Formats: sequence, C-alpha cells, structure tokens
Amino acid sequence: MSFITKPAAVHPRSPKNELGLTIRDYEGGMSTLCAGCGHDSVTGAIVQSVFELSIPPHRMAKLSGIGCSSKTPAYFVRQSHGFNTVHGRMPSVATGANAANSDLWYIGVSGDGDTLSIGLGQFCHAIRRNLNMLYIIENNGVYGLTKGQFSASADLGSKAKKGAENQQPPIDPCRTAISMGAGFVARSFSGDKQQLVPLIKAGLSHKGFAVIDVISPCVTFNDHEGSTKSYEYTRQHFHPALHADYVRPSEEIRTQYNEGEAMPVTLHDGSKIVLRKVAGEYDPTDRASVYSHLERSQQAGEIVTGLLYYNDGLKEMHDVTNVVDQPLSTIDHSVLCPGNDALQALQNVWR
Amino acid sequence: MSTGPRNNDFTIRIANVNGTGSASANTLLMKSFFRMGIPVVGKNYFPSNIQGLPTWYEIRVSGDGYMARAGRVDIMLAMNAETYQKDLADVAPGGYLIYDSTWPRRTLLNREDVTIIGIPLARMCNERFSTARARVLMKNVAYVGAVAALLDIDMEVIAASLDKTFAKKADLLADNHVAIRLGYDYAQANFACPLPYTAQRIDKTSQHIMIDGNTAAALGAVYAGATVGAWYPITPSTSVMDAFASFCQRYRVDEKTGRRNYCIIQAEDELSAMGMVLGAGWNGARAFTPTSGPGISLMSELLGYGYFAEIPAVLINVQRCGPSTGMPTRTQQADILACAFASHGDTRHVLLFPSSPEECFYFGATAFDLAERLQTPVIMLTDLDIGMNDWMVPELNWDDAYRPDRGKVLDAAALDKMKSFHRYLDVDADAIPYRTFPGEHPKGAYFTRGSGHNMYGAYTEDSNEYQEVVDRLRRKWETAKSYVPGPAIWYSDKIRTAIISIGSCDGAVIEARDRLLESGIGINYMRVKAFPFDEQVEQFIEAHDRIYVVEQNRDAQLRSLLILETDTDPAKLLPLLFYDGLPINAQGVIESIRQDQAKGKAKGKAKGKDKGVAA
Ligand SMILES: Cc1ncc(C[n+]2csc(CCOP(=O)(O)OP(=O)(O)O)c2C)c(N)n1
Ligand code: SF4
Ligand SMILES: [Mg+2]
Repeated sequence: MSFITKPAAVHPRSPKNELGLTIRDYEGGMSTLCAGCGHDSVTGAIVQSVFELSIPPHRMAKLSGIGCSSKTPAYFVRQSHGFNTVHGRMPSVATGANAANSDLWYIGVSGDGDTLSIGLGQFCHAIRRNLNMLYIIENNGVYGLTKGQFSASADLGSKAKKGAENQQPPIDPCRTAISMGAGFVARSFSGDKQQLVPLIKAGLSHKGFAVIDVISPCVTFNDHEGSTKSYEYTRQHFHPALHADYVRPSEEIRTQYNEGEAMPVTLHDGSKIVLRKVAGEYDPTDRASVYSHLERSQQAGEIVTGLLYYNDGLKEMHDVTNVVDQPLSTIDHSVLCPGNDALQALQNVWR
Repeated sequence: MSTGPRNNDFTIRIANVNGTGSASANTLLMKSFFRMGIPVVGKNYFPSNIQGLPTWYEIRVSGDGYMARAGRVDIMLAMNAETYQKDLADVAPGGYLIYDSTWPRRTLLNREDVTIIGIPLARMCNERFSTARARVLMKNVAYVGAVAALLDIDMEVIAASLDKTFAKKADLLADNHVAIRLGYDYAQANFACPLPYTAQRIDKTSQHIMIDGNTAAALGAVYAGATVGAWYPITPSTSVMDAFASFCQRYRVDEKTGRRNYCIIQAEDELSAMGMVLGAGWNGARAFTPTSGPGISLMSELLGYGYFAEIPAVLINVQRCGPSTGMPTRTQQADILACAFASHGDTRHVLLFPSSPEECFYFGATAFDLAERLQTPVIMLTDLDIGMNDWMVPELNWDDAYRPDRGKVLDAAALDKMKSFHRYLDVDADAIPYRTFPGEHPKGAYFTRGSGHNMYGAYTEDSNEYQEVVDRLRRKWETAKSYVPGPAIWYSDKIRTAIISIGSCDGAVIEARDRLLESGIGINYMRVKAFPFDEQVEQFIEAHDRIYVVEQNRDAQLRSLLILETDTDPAKLLPLLFYDGLPINAQGVIESIRQDQAKGKAKGKAKGKDKGVAA
C-alpha cells in the first residue's frame, strides 16, 4: 500500500476554477492501492478533469463495482456521492439512480473483470439504454483484487506472472461498446494524462453513454515481460488514432489547425471536442470502418487510442422514457397520488 | 356435506383448452353471481403455456361469503374432451356434468351418481356464426347462457354485463347476446330448469369489488407515490407492472407537457431490476420491483447490499411453486424463509404478508413507508392465488390526509445548519440513522458501500467498528417491530387450542373454524401480517397449548420462523401443510384438525410428543 500523505495546506496561488475551488477540493481519501498502480493515475486524471469542468462536487454521483479499480471512487472528489456497488452490477444501480434524478453528473469506474466478465450483461444493457454517464474501465488484463487471474480482456498469448499463457480470445470493450450502440467510445492509457484528461472531460459532457477503456497496468500481477498490459508493452504499442482536444463552452478554440486536419464537434452543453487526425485516414463517425480498423489493429498487436467512435445523434434513456426533468424524489405527493375520488371512480370496473 | 338442493352454495368448474378465449366468458359468469349480490370466488388453474393445454376455471358461489376454494365440484362444464375422464371423476356425488354433445359420448361419461347434460354447443354455434373465430369464442358464451338457465341466473344481469363489457364493440356485443340466448334457450327447452342448485339474489356484495392482488398491489404503489418501477417479466408477477404502467399512464402523465412523473424500466434480468431499485431508492425515489421465486434468488446479493447499506427498496414477491422453475402457474407460500434471510451474512428482511387483494393495496402502500422509515428493503409476499385470481373484497378507500413517511431525511436547510453529517450515526438512539439525497447539499455527501463501514460511513476492517454497525442493525430490527403491522387475532381465553396462519390461507382457516365450531371444537386464530413478529405473536403462542400452523409449503417455513424468532416450545406448534400447488381449501384444514383432536382425546390429552399432521 502506498500512503502518500498529502500536504494539508493549499498553496495560496493554486489556481481556482469557476466555482472558486482548487484542485485540492476535488481530491478524495488516500489511495490504498499498490504504489505505481495505473488506477491511481486515472484517479488523478479524473480529479483534474472534474476540477477543470468546474463541476460542483456534491452534484456528482460516482459509482463503481468491485475490484481494485472499483475502490477508486473513494479516492477522488470527496464531496461527491459515492456508491460502491457489488461486483459487476454498477450499471444497473447507475440506471436506477439516473432514472430517479437525471440532473446529476454520473461517473462510473469499473475494472476489466467487473465489466467484461461478471458484469458484461449489465454493461451491454446500460449501453443499449444509452444511459447518460461516463463509464471508465480501468483495464489491466487481470483480476487485481483476487490476485492476478486472467480477465476477459487478456490478450491471446499474454503471459501470467507465473508463466501460464492465456488461451482465450479477449473481449475488446471498445468494439463491444460500438456494436451495442454506444455513441462515445474512447481508449486511452493511464500513463498518458495529456490524452486522458480531455477524453474524460468530453465523456462527462457527452449526452448519453460514454465509455473510456483505459489501459491501466497492474504493477503487482501484470507488469512483467510477456504481458500485453504492462507499462512497457503499452507504451510500445500505443497508436493514437485521433487527437481530441476538449474546449469548454466559455472558451474559444485557440489552437491553430491546418485546413482539413481538425474536426470540431459541438456537444449538447455548447462545449466542443476538436478531433485532430494523427496518422492516415480515420473517420470516428463511420461505425463500420472504425470497427474494422479496431479489429485489424488488434490483430496487428496495436493499441489504438483516442476518441475512437463518436455519434451525438442518439437518444439517451431519458429522451426515450420521457420522464420529467425534475428529480422524481422532489415531486410532491399530491401530484403523484390520484386521491380517493379517483379511486372511487376507478373501482366501477371491478363492480 | 349434504348433496341436497343448495341455493347460493355450489361450485362450478369449467374445463377448457387454453388459448380459446374462454376467460371473458368465465368472468362473465362469475360476475353475474356477484352482480346478483351473491359472494363469489373465482380461481383460475392454468398451465405454463400459451395455447392448447388444459385449463380450468372454478367459480364458488358462497352465500355465506367464504373466500377459499371449495374443494369440491358440483357442476362441471367439461369443454375439453382431453380431460373428460378426470373432470367426470372430480364431480361430487349428486353433481352434474355439462358437455358439448355435438360429439356424443354416452359410453365414456358413465357415472351413476352424476347427471350428464349434453348441449350441442359447437353445432349450434357453427350453424349460427360464420367466422371460425366467432364459432370458437361464442361457444364459450353459449355455455354461460346454458348455465344461466340451469342455475336460474338473472338474464338481465347477464345482458347488462355484456352491454358494459362490449360497450365499444357493437358487432361483438350483438354476437354475444345471440350466443347467450342459444345456450339459454336450448337448456330451457331440453332440461328441467333449474337444477337443485340455484342462484338467488341477495345483498351481500354491495360496497365490494372483484379485484386481483397484482392490480391492487400496483394501485397501492401508485397511491404511495412510487415513481420508479424496474422489473423482469415472470409469472405470476408480471401483471403487477402491467397494472402499474396502465395506472401511471392514466394518472401520472403531465397534462401540459405529456412528460411522465414515473419511470418504468424493463431490466435485462432480476439482478439488474434490483440494482435499479437500489439506485433509485438511494436517490430518493420510491422504487419497487415485482418478481417471483427465481427472481428473488437472483436478487439476493443486492438485497443483502440494501440491508447493509440501508437503502429503502420495495419488492413484491408473488410466490409460485418451487423449487427451481417448479410449477410457475401454481400457487405456494414457499419463499418465506428465502425472503426473510435473502442474501449471505447476517441479513434479515422486513416482510409483509397480505391475505387478500385488499391488503395488497394497503400493504402495497405501507411497504414504502416502512422501507423509508426503516431504510431497508421490504418484501411483500403475496402468491399466485392472491395475485392472479379475482377476489371479492370491500371497496378500497384512500385517506387523502395520507402523507408519505419518508423517514429520516435531511434536506438542504437542515444540512446547512449542521456542523457535519455522518450517514450511519445513531443520533436518536432508535438505531435508525439519517440519510441525505445526492445533490442536495455539499454537506450531505457520503459514501455508500457494501464493504465494512463504521458509524461515520468510512471503510473499516476494524472489528469493533464493524461490530458496532451490525449490532445497530440488529437493534434497528427491534425498532422495526413497533412499525410493522401486528397480527390479526381472534381470541377467547377459554380456549387453549389455536391456529396460526399466514396470507392466502386466511379464507380457508376462517371457514374451517366455523365448521369446527359447529361440531363443538372452538379454536383461536392468529394471522401474522409481518416479519419481524411483534410481541403479540409471542404472547399468543404462550397463551395456547396446541397450535396448528397452517401454511402452503412442504417444510413448515412459517413454523420454522416462529421457532427461530420466539422462545416457544416447538412441540406445541403442529404443522398443517398444503403444498400441491392449488389454493388451500377449508376441508383439508378441518380434516387434519379433527384427526388430531380425535388422536388427542384417545391419548387422554397427552401433550408434547406429537409430530403433527401433514395434510
Ligand atoms: C459475486 C462476487 N464474486 C467474486 C468476487 C471476488 N472479486 C473481487 S474483485 C474481483 C475481480 C476484479 O477484477 P477487475 O474488475 O478487473 O478489477 P481490478 O482489481 O483488476 O482493478 C473478484 C472476482 C466478488 N467480490 N463478488
Ligand atoms: S493489485 Fe494490481 S490493480 Fe490492484 S492495486 Fe495493486 S497494482 Fe493496482
Ligand atoms: Mg482488472
């Protein structure tokens, strides 16, 4: 365990966001994960993103399943509402929470075991419903918390710490999400905050289900030679497909882009994602070509990263259920209850 | 029991093939008695199948107002050739069997103590109606007409019922009137009508309705202000959500915007349905899920979460026959223990046991108050008999002064004044902590977890801190006893013998007590309505020497729970068990108790060693 004691005092000149809060206000409890665990870096990226988006901490609900990764909501945004559910069932709890109150920011953190094994069904169905949330998978190819068994994202031929080779094909969360109909599908690496932070911000701002598969190495059980989810391997095989800059509604696009090189996408809240091509032809809005690109590159052993697929034309769960915007818990009982007169009238059909 | 002429006291069973549209004809017949002011019981015995298998509908006409299945058949309407033999065998001596004599069966149907009545229903309908569909459907209506003649049912009542049912379908209405007359006239012309069984107008059904428990439970949820319903279809609970959806469509859509003041989600399975209910409950909405046995098994892990993290949730378990898939369309009360302790660890749940659709409505609302007051899942256990059959119950009434008991919730104003908030602190020494709704106020934030936590809500693996929390949960269980509905008790201090029962056994027990009393056996009665048991339950047990515990499962689950949760001597609790999947009837209870009493007398009031009697 790494007990990194944080200095108590806030630097007087530490930057403040629109709410007048500093980044310290977005931190959480002390991490109890192994020193060097990729998950801690993802936590850091979440803290920075939520701070930069100026989200009021108590307006955020952070949910997770079970695993080392799923522990992390305790380590960010202390004053938000945490819900550490049971193994693999976070999507359903998030769905119910969202049904009751669509007016909160929802962020879910899960692991590759939590999402792709025990929770695969719930993951897929949350996507089908297009639940309005950001869903982060901290993907290390193993079950960290139960000490290193292969997970469903382990690549063919990847080696366990004791040498055994994985014989089953991996489930790629990104291709799964695309085929289930997700409108925002990204992949990144815990070691690349530059890429990860804009993706988290965009994912949070996206209306509908946004999934980010973050390769997040497990230093204790899956960071050795022969593993395809180690820091080393990931750095070597990392291929950004697109660069995504996130621009807040209040900001202007400042970076200069060459003609035809950048594509700004405006999100429902007025913020923008500016997608920049990195290499070759890549159209993140063409589902079929994205899918086959991912399939080919996986076969080539490449880890394609960035905002892989984007479609902002989908109805999210609340558009379909047509539920009022007001949190259901706040609707007065007099509105909800038809009253005794209605009951007496209704009973005619049973007489 | 006598087989002589009986007015307003007989049972008709209609044997049919499922998928042939007999349901509305059967309801028509049942409602005719009801509308003549005669109490009536309707029970549907149907297969787990969509078309082509045998199905029976049973109508007990009971001028005395007994609500249980009769356990005998006086008049059999044998409309399914496949089951003629069984149907004939089931008729009580002196009874009647009516069949479709389009295909005469003189040799097959020979029982000397049963009168066979042949009516050429198919032939008459084939001649009268032109489409294949009408011929099949109207056959059902025609037998209602025949029965009306044979039992002297008021034809005006039937005609009015048809007018009401088919008010918006003119051609169907006309056909129905024709078909009724076909059967009626044939019976009048060919048989000595009426039979020794007749329906006579009385006035015992005014201020009553005929309603099934699933509809009533859904209505209770609407009135309680439930806003989120998550579910996965399963017989026999499916119609709870169907009814909730249609009531919401009617009462909960904003007139101006068309937007909904409710959210119904059909989940991918029951695990998910339970997760949704917890998520919504955590966020302050009144949320529920209807399910049945297999669903409870799947929900168990999250039910334990709800208990430990203290999240309000309401489950409606419409019990069916287990184990496993069991008999999905048959009734039982065999989930009592599974629900009481659903999930691993020291988990226990508040249970409600309605005995009729009437209680489904009121408990359906109470369940939400309890769940929020006690911050825990509450499971209402009904069963297929209550849930899917039409029962005659007093008209439902709603107290417009009712306000939901949201329990201990701190709003923004309260939080604003507080120095700090801790989710699991026992501030009021009643073991119920305060909660907040997410997004309400910065000071209201807390972390919800199913892992070990201390009274402040922080993660812990410290033995003492952990134990403090689970001990408080146990104390909260004690607090719960003062909130749950107490038992219904019929007690005379001169009697030392009693029945304890539960849920849908009520009608059979009430009837059995009357019959036993007629033969000089007086028996006290307690019907438990909730778990945890309050102190009256224990007192009642203490006040008796011999107690029959009547329930509908094989393993005496209510009795086990009573033994577990009270200090009673198990030897005085005798199990009376009914678990064949059919609704319980009084006869079984009466016979078992008579036998036991006779045995007791023979033994000279020996006490203590009896194993009880399994019916
Ligand atoms: C129902 C259930 N089964 C098994 C477990 C044990 N368990 C805890 S975490 C875990 C795997 C977590 O793997 P992953 O989601 O990849 O998280 P990581 O620890 O790798 O971050 C398992 C199997 C459990 N908590 N609950
Ligand atoms: S075991 Fe692996 S995943 Fe878990 S905390 Fe340690 S490094 Fe991270
Ligand atoms: Mg993992």
